[in-house]
Amino acid sequence: MLVDKITVNLKINGLATELRVPPQKTLLEALREEAGLTGTKHGCELGECGACTVLINGSPQLSCLVLAAACDGAEVLTIEGLANGPELHPLQSAFAELGAAQCGYCTPGVLLAAAALLVRNPSPTRDEIRQALSGNLCRCTGYLQIWNAVERAAEQLRTR
Amino acid sequence: MSEGHRIIGRNLRKIDAIDKVTGRTRYADDVVLPRMLYCKLLRSPVAHANIKRIDLSGALAQEGVVAAISGETMPTAYGILPVSEDEHALCIDKVRFIGDPVAAVAAETEHAAELALDAIELELEPLETIGSVEKAINTPEPRIHPGNRRGNIHKLVSLEFGDIEQAFAEADHVEEGLFHYGGNTHLAMEQHAAVADWSPDGRLTLWSSTQTPHYVHRVLAKVLDLPAAQVRVIATPNGGGFGGKTDPFNHELAVCKLAMLTGRPVKICLTREEVFYCHRGRHATLIQARTAVKRDGTITGMHFRTLLDGGAYGSYGVASTFYTGALQTVTYEVPHYRFDGGRLFTNKPPCGPKRGHGTPQPRFALEIQLDRIAAALRIDPADLRLQQIQPANSLTSNYLRIGSIGLAKCIKTVVEASGWRERYGKLERGRGLGLACSSYLSGAGLPIYWNEMPHSAATVKLDRGGGVTVFCGSTDVGQGSDSVLAFVVAEELGIDPYQIRVVTADTDLTPVDLGSYSSRVTVMTGHATRQAAAAARERVRSGVAEKLAVSGEQITFADGKVRVAEKGIELAFAEAVAIAEARHGTIVTSGSYKPPETAGKFKGAGVGPSPAYSYSAGIVEVEVDEQTGFVTPIKVWMAHDIGQAINRSAVIGQVEGSVYMGLGEALMEEMVYREKRNLVHKIPSMLEYKSLTSLEMCEVETFLIEDPDPNGPYGAKEVGQGPLLPMPPAIANAVYDAVGVRVDMVPVTPSRVMAALDAAARGKAPRHGPERMPQVSWPEPTRVTPPWAGGDGHAQRPGSGKQAS
Ligand code: FES
Ligand code: FES
Repeated sequence: MLVDKITVNLKINGLATELRVPPQKTLLEALREEAGLTGTKHGCELGECGACTVLINGSPQLSCLVLAAACDGAEVLTIEGLANGPELHPLQSAFAELGAAQCGYCTPGVLLAAAALLVRNPSPTRDEIRQALSGNLCRCTGYLQIWNAVERAAEQLRTR
Repeated sequence: MSEGHRIIGRNLRKIDAIDKVTGRTRYADDVVLPRMLYCKLLRSPVAHANIKRIDLSGALAQEGVVAAISGETMPTAYGILPVSEDEHALCIDKVRFIGDPVAAVAAETEHAAELALDAIELELEPLETIGSVEKAINTPEPRIHPGNRRGNIHKLVSLEFGDIEQAFAEADHVEEGLFHYGGNTHLAMEQHAAVADWSPDGRLTLWSSTQTPHYVHRVLAKVLDLPAAQVRVIATPNGGGFGGKTDPFNHELAVCKLAMLTGRPVKICLTREEVFYCHRGRHATLIQARTAVKRDGTITGMHFRTLLDGGAYGSYGVASTFYTGALQTVTYEVPHYRFDGGRLFTNKPPCGPKRGHGTPQPRFALEIQLDRIAAALRIDPADLRLQQIQPANSLTSNYLRIGSIGLAKCIKTVVEASGWRERYGKLERGRGLGLACSSYLSGAGLPIYWNEMPHSAATVKLDRGGGVTVFCGSTDVGQGSDSVLAFVVAEELGIDPYQIRVVTADTDLTPVDLGSYSSRVTVMTGHATRQAAAAARERVRSGVAEKLAVSGEQITFADGKVRVAEKGIELAFAEAVAIAEARHGTIVTSGSYKPPETAGKFKGAGVGPSPAYSYSAGIVEVEVDEQTGFVTPIKVWMAHDIGQAINRSAVIGQVEGSVYMGLGEALMEEMVYREKRNLVHKIPSMLEYKSLTSLEMCEVETFLIEDPDPNGPYGAKEVGQGPLLPMPPAIANAVYDAVGVRVDMVPVTPSRVMAALDAAARGKAPRHGPERMPQVSWPEPTRVTPPWAGGDGHAQRPGSGKQAS
């Protein structure tokens, strides 16, 4: 019943990491429980809320739906790796300044989904932002301050 | 930025914002302790049954399982309200809804705990299920709570202020209607989680995502039979609450008990499905409303009857019931008012307080009814409201004390901004505008358990290095209460808010605050914190005055400096603190707050009073597709009377979040149970329980009306709940403006819109809504003479006056 663990090699936030996880563990569980990276959140563990969004090889994925074992060799970016050392990502500063994080529980997932959007599309329209974040539920903000913050960050990234 | 304040009223980053955007905030499920075990609960698969037998031995025999317990380990009943202590940590004799917990397991891994649940033998003897308010009224047996006096009727209340019959007799027009407000849930993004740690010296610590650590503290001590002084509850930052984390929960007690039995820390994190079973959300409510008006629209009387589907336990239900009748009177003048409310037990997850607690349901009926009256009397709906706003500094007919009231300004603002005068009633078919208003408490006037102590308290400690720490029992649930504390202290001490440390929601360290519910924190902890900080400042002032031989009045506190302008002296704040500490010793000050005494003295007067009432007016523009019944919100204009904003962007965030949640309730959110299949929850998932995503949410233009209230700190009032309330009726009113039919139900779903359109097409009343109010034998009302008729707040002697209708 308590199954043998398997080894998964990943690059998490730029750092080569070897994790020993039970084979049924999701990436979400591996990150939170084995790698100690509790910044990634969960609201359902069924692929319904977006709170667990991380970037796998640059693309936003629901870490609760991916087995850790399936990520062998992948590059994973979590909220802990979004800032550049002590320097916040412009999305992070914009979210902090504009009140886009209330309880903050959806925030890591939203930030990563938004970060992927801005790489794909440095000048998203409001509708494109809404589209890109449509898989991330937020129960606090009504999304408006989130949209505003993404717009501000996009502008800052463009003029950098 | 407002007059005379340096911090209050500005747009400032919340003090915990950086932690939140970097993933550093430690929520309950992020707490990890060495040697920790994982807990899972076995929940009833049957809605109503007697428990014949529970055998835990199979579970205990499983690999990795350390302990398993059932109900008899915690026989003491509890409940958030002393009047309905009807819950057990784990069910003992019977189960009352699908999801009711009966056993708990602690194992080395979460997986092992989960597997062990399958090995528990649970033998149940099913009983008839009670699935609706009507059935609960008509089926006194089997009783869901055998000890309940009136079959499955949990509570019946009846209050009359003035003479309702006379009010209706004298009216020119009476509007009467039935409404149904669907039950819905908080759906906070964070699933409830808790970690318990027991040390052999008898001390118990619980980390939990709770909005009310003080109440959890009390219940743990009581049920676990421990001295309260040995119990420590730490409320972790909540990943959203909205009222869903204000009850003491089964899982909190279970992990504590398991930690005590195993001597190891125990964690639980509920699945999303379990969160749906915890519920404590909005009561599905049937409302019968009658409003009597003069030809010019002046309200002469109002009679509301509500029936609340309470679910399986009492929870806050008695308060919820009173709340469905409490705040009808605080927006517009209602000289004669009668309220009858009933709450029924059913075999569903228990209902409780959700954002707006018991007031959105009657507000829905009231604001639609005003719209109908306006149409019948050919008065503009905005004017109908403007002509009869409750005056400032007044007592309502049910003895609620109103301070400032910015409602007229709210209405005028949204009317202007939305182009209402030019557009209402004049848009092309399929487009419509709807207006509705509301009011909410800035904190309940009475505590949950009767006591005369403060509702909020704070301590401020100054360090000779210039550091300032504020300690307070309040809990940040995302509304920004930690930041309010820091901003208030910064304002009083003239320092940078980001240099203040905030320690909150830890029963070992922080003075009691009753919790984050009823929108009480800004006003109540705001007052307490301001008092504590001002006292600290005065200590520093007197120390510095003595040392420098100047008078205290010459000393000012600003920009992190303490100055004596006349003498050209400027000290860094830290230097001033050091001087004062040398004079007075360590500087630690405290403040506390208790709301003013309530004006009503009758039984039931305890629900409704508040130090201050916030007001909102909202207009929504919708598009209605007549082929599908789909309602799309296009834009919302919301004006909120906040008294005085403490932090503007946080206030706007609360308004927008309330509007969002109100739109969700109005259009799609609903708890649905399969009546024919044993009352199983139809949709206990975030995918099937529909809420607005980023794609459905519309733009909101927010206006803050600042009319400082004498009872709020700096004049501040609440914002977290009030702006939700106008949304459901505004949507229904807008649908009427768009396509000429009324949906007297929430949510306003496409099929309901189609049903109303269909009725209209078949020449019937152009409406869809409930048709019938079940018969209830209402008690003789408590009669109270309103203040305007010379009443003193006491009930009339029973038997005096006329008989009940
Ligand atoms: S936790 Fe992965 S989508 Fe909800
Ligand atoms: S900030 Fe609370 S869920 Fe988004």
